[in-house]
Amino acid sequence: MLAFILRRLGQSVLVMLVVAFIAFMVFRYVGDPVVSMVGQDATTGDIEQLRTRLGLNDPFYVQFVRFVGNALQGQFGISYRLQQPVSQLILERLPATIELAFASALIALVFGVVLGIYTALKPRSFSSAVIMTISLVGVSLPTFLIGIGLIYLFAVELKVLPSFGRGQVVQLGWWRTGLLTESGWRSLILPAITLSLFQLTLIMRLVRAEMLEVMRTDYIRFARARGLSQRAINFGHALRNTLVPVITIAGLQLGSVIAFAIITETVFQWPGVGSLFVNSVQVVDVPVMAAYLVFVALVFVVINLIVDILYFIVDPRLRDGARTGR
Amino acid sequence: MTEPVLSVKNLVVEFPFRDDVFRAVDDVSFEIMPGEVVGVVGESGAGKSMTGAAVIGLIERPGHIAGGEIRLKGERIDNLPEDARAKLRGKRIGMVFQDPLTSLNPLYTVGRQLVETIRAHLPLSEAEARRKAIDLLVEAGIPKAAERIDSYPHQFSGGMRQRVVIALAIAAEPELIIADEPTSALDVSVQAQIIKVLKKLCASHGAAIMLITHDMGVIAQTADRMIVMHHGKIVETGTVGDIIRRPREPYTIKLIDSIPTISRTGETIAPEAANDDRAFVEIRDLVRDFELGRSAFTRLLPGKVEIFRAVNEVSFSIAKGKTFGLVGESGSGKSTCAKMIVGLLRPTSGSIHVDGHDVWAGAHGLRERRRRVQMIFQDPYASLNPRWRVADIVAEPMKTLGIARNRTEVQDRVADLLTKVRLEPGAMKKFPHEFSGGQRQRIAIARALSSQPEFIVCDEPTSALDVSVQAQVLDLMSALQEEFGLTYLLISHNLAVVRQMSSAVGVLHNGVLVESGPVDAIFDNPQADYTKMLLDAVPDISKVA
Amino acid sequence: MTDLPHSPEQPVPARTSRLATFWRSDLVWSYRHSPVTIVASIVALALILMAVLAPWIAPYNPFNPATLNLMDGMTPPNSASYSDRYFLLGTDNQGRDVLSTIMYGSRVSLFVGIMATLFAMVMGVGLGLVAGYAGGLADAVIMRVADVQLSFPAILIALLIFGVARGIIPPNHQEGAAVWVLILAIGLANWAQFARTVRGATMVERQKDYVAAARILGVNPILILLRHVLPNVLGPVLVIGTIGLALAIIEEATLSYLGVGVPPTQPSLGTLIRIGQQFLFSGEWWILLFPAVTLVLLALSVNLLGDWLRDALNPKLR
Repeated sequence: MLAFILRRLGQSVLVMLVVAFIAFMVFRYVGDPVVSMVGQDATTGDIEQLRTRLGLNDPFYVQFVRFVGNALQGQFGISYRLQQPVSQLILERLPATIELAFASALIALVFGVVLGIYTALKPRSFSSAVIMTISLVGVSLPTFLIGIGLIYLFAVELKVLPSFGRGQVVQLGWWRTGLLTESGWRSLILPAITLSLFQLTLIMRLVRAEMLEVMRTDYIRFARARGLSQRAINFGHALRNTLVPVITIAGLQLGSVIAFAIITETVFQWPGVGSLFVNSVQVVDVPVMAAYLVFVALVFVVINLIVDILYFIVDPRLRDGARTGR
Repeated sequence: MTEPVLSVKNLVVEFPFRDDVFRAVDDVSFEIMPGEVVGVVGESGAGKSMTGAAVIGLIERPGHIAGGEIRLKGERIDNLPEDARAKLRGKRIGMVFQDPLTSLNPLYTVGRQLVETIRAHLPLSEAEARRKAIDLLVEAGIPKAAERIDSYPHQFSGGMRQRVVIALAIAAEPELIIADEPTSALDVSVQAQIIKVLKKLCASHGAAIMLITHDMGVIAQTADRMIVMHHGKIVETGTVGDIIRRPREPYTIKLIDSIPTISRTGETIAPEAANDDRAFVEIRDLVRDFELGRSAFTRLLPGKVEIFRAVNEVSFSIAKGKTFGLVGESGSGKSTCAKMIVGLLRPTSGSIHVDGHDVWAGAHGLRERRRRVQMIFQDPYASLNPRWRVADIVAEPMKTLGIARNRTEVQDRVADLLTKVRLEPGAMKKFPHEFSGGQRQRIAIARALSSQPEFIVCDEPTSALDVSVQAQVLDLMSALQEEFGLTYLLISHNLAVVRQMSSAVGVLHNGVLVESGPVDAIFDNPQADYTKMLLDAVPDISKVA
Repeated sequence: MTDLPHSPEQPVPARTSRLATFWRSDLVWSYRHSPVTIVASIVALALILMAVLAPWIAPYNPFNPATLNLMDGMTPPNSASYSDRYFLLGTDNQGRDVLSTIMYGSRVSLFVGIMATLFAMVMGVGLGLVAGYAGGLADAVIMRVADVQLSFPAILIALLIFGVARGIIPPNHQEGAAVWVLILAIGLANWAQFARTVRGATMVERQKDYVAAARILGVNPILILLRHVLPNVLGPVLVIGTIGLALAIIEEATLSYLGVGVPPTQPSLGTLIRIGQQFLFSGEWWILLFPAVTLVLLALSVNLLGDWLRDALNPKLR
């Protein structure tokens, strides 16, 4: 078990290094950091001096090691656009994104799994057909259109929910939360639904496909031949086996919720990390782009690690495989 | 007169397809008496599995019972509502499926699956059910059952898992067990034990057995009575001895006729006295190792490597124009041998000479091998590219080796080859999926002949075919051997096929050639213990009880 | 069995019979029996034709300033405008005919979507074939990259590539290059799906004996890949390609909506929606609604076709 986790951890570090390298390349070679920092009227002498001071004339690997070192301390330089430390910018906006992501992940997971099981167990029923059709429409609706539609319906027409922002927030230490005020909750509803819909459809379709696959296996047939109750077969046998592959993909999907928040945050002007990123891309604010890339990769790697461990707990075959060194 | 456990009358099972309806079971009637073992035998598509599924009520949609009735101890069950039928399953009718590797839920321990089944049917507490589960495992011949009950299915071997499956099927003391090809996925040596366990358990628990199988040998050794099915209909019913010794219906006569047997029945092939001494194919000390558990990334790192030796110093030789049969169970290394001989896998050490050329020695050996050696594969569905026309499939070897280049020449040769394997030349324009399994195997033979080889490695050439088709393909292979003076290496797990086709035979076990020699000597007077066990275990119609 | 005299003149099956075979084939059968698919294919075809033929059939050329009249701006659908011209779907704030902008916009959306999907397909299929057939280190590297990339949403990758390209390309070339940068960004963001599927299918196919038969003969591995393996893995590629096209269209719209896509002089459906959203709160709903409906219809019909294709090619999953 420990060896398995250590190996996964090693792989994660490798992935992080590769991503850091890409981020570094972006950081270092996209646009000229010095030109963006000094004014129009700087002399070549000034620029050269600044280059040396910033270490831009050092050998490549020294710069990379310095980049990684700084990144480990959470330092990604100064945003060109906002003239503030990138780490501070991200930290300020992180709570907004995390609260949004968790809310929608929860919606996506609960409804996705439940609807997936339902449509798999009653594949021929009318309601399953309706759900499947709606889900296909859901996949075809771009997230931003869902957001606009919800805004139009609930904010413009019905005027029951706010159309943008986080509402009132409360400062808890460095964490600024919207979950402690009524307006915060009301502001969260529309963005959370918008963000969750796409993942919800994916998870639902995945659960359904996996479960249908499992229902066709020999051991389910044998379980029926053994005379187990429908309930025991569906929820005792089929569901557990369905969950094994679902955990992986659902986990990764939920990880991507954070990155997916880019669109939702833009539509609802949600003050999170995603909208910061979009604004940075528009003006090529390289330090923010690089930092965001590393941040998302970190989220991905952590979730991946959790998924691996979960997998390990659910599937006895893996436990044995790891024990014997496979 | 006692009442039959199972009585099936005029059963019809239909599958609606698009515009027409396929009758999988057509007007089938039979009875099974208490404690009786009834074999249901037939080739693929005979409707035998479907009959079993109909009895236990597990026909897959859109199939359904379209007529007739099924009675269990006189009580009609085919028209019961689904939940009432579900209550019968396991409680009064048990079932054993073919593949023990997939019959058990991999995520739960064997014990949990047993306890759950027992408690679904019998009013026992958790602890009582567990005790009963252990007893059942002991009865099924699982050693250290009390410890192993908490193991997961993957921790058991295939044979052990099938024992667990049988224990599960019998757990609630049903009156009837339907065993659908219970041993077909297992090795010969395990097969015999499983049949014994099945019979013993059913006898001690008083259950009748409906044994569904394609293997007449299994029925010959196991069943009291047998039912022969063909195209959804019952052809013949009778005691096993009667049908095997004195079949009445033409289909049964043909079927029994085409089953090869390990005992020499027909004329003896003339002993190999007059052959030329020079071996045409010479295998010397062939070894193949595999590294275990190394992914592409870890391979880059130094470290100790676990090595599995799949083939261990195997040596034999084949005279020109003869057939050498290589026999072994799964995992014995016989397919690995084949791959090394045809050039798909590089030997770790040892040599392979064909007509004096070392086939693994550089470009020269490579060229000689491609010219002289060909292969026929097991699965005729996978060995022909489904997107290619037959003409292109058969022409590929001759084009690749430059035997025929211009179009009409290629076409003439392909047509000629198809005729040789007894197919219409018109087959050229068709795709493989338009042919039956036997016809496909003939196309594969035509392709092998296309490069005008002298030596053909046949890896289980008939294992995927029905017996009657197997007989035709084997006949064809013999005829072609005669015509072209071909040398065969026949690899098979089927001892009867090897005995019928080969002049010499080698027995492979765990990568080691335990015995080899003239076919009659080995079969009639085996020396190695393993060979004796194998010959003893193989189900054969000559062993009819 | 007698020796059949070989006749070089095999009767060629009549054309009609081959057509009849095609008509009865599984694919066509499942098409004929799925009304949803028939409707979807008609809608998709109509939208594609509308986009392709836009320069010839659009009522106005919305990008020719000479024909624009600012006073015609904000004309509601199906009503007379200031200059007494007729706009079926109304006009936007600059007086451009919404129907015509949609036609031209679909043209951009479809072009970017199709090119990006083709790019992703060629790249993914190629790498997938190599990974699946060669195995070993090549496989490990390619698939690890694909795995990492698949775990990031395509939109994020596309945004990054877009941002990087913007940083590299000199400003005066950016407008001309924008469409190609977009194609590159979306294509690069979507190749992994193809690679993963093709790799899986290739690994299955390469184990099959027909490949072994070709290897025994010494057929060149590249020929084996192209002539034997590729035709057998094309089914799933077609499915992913269709669904991928819908995705690419949505991604393009999203990027354009976020303001990092095509330049405003060449608006795609996403750009039109971005523009339309500004007028949603003031009641000019048509500027937003019609492009949005077109986008959804396009994506939905293509998705439905992909869904049908998957079921038809893989009957087991129905």
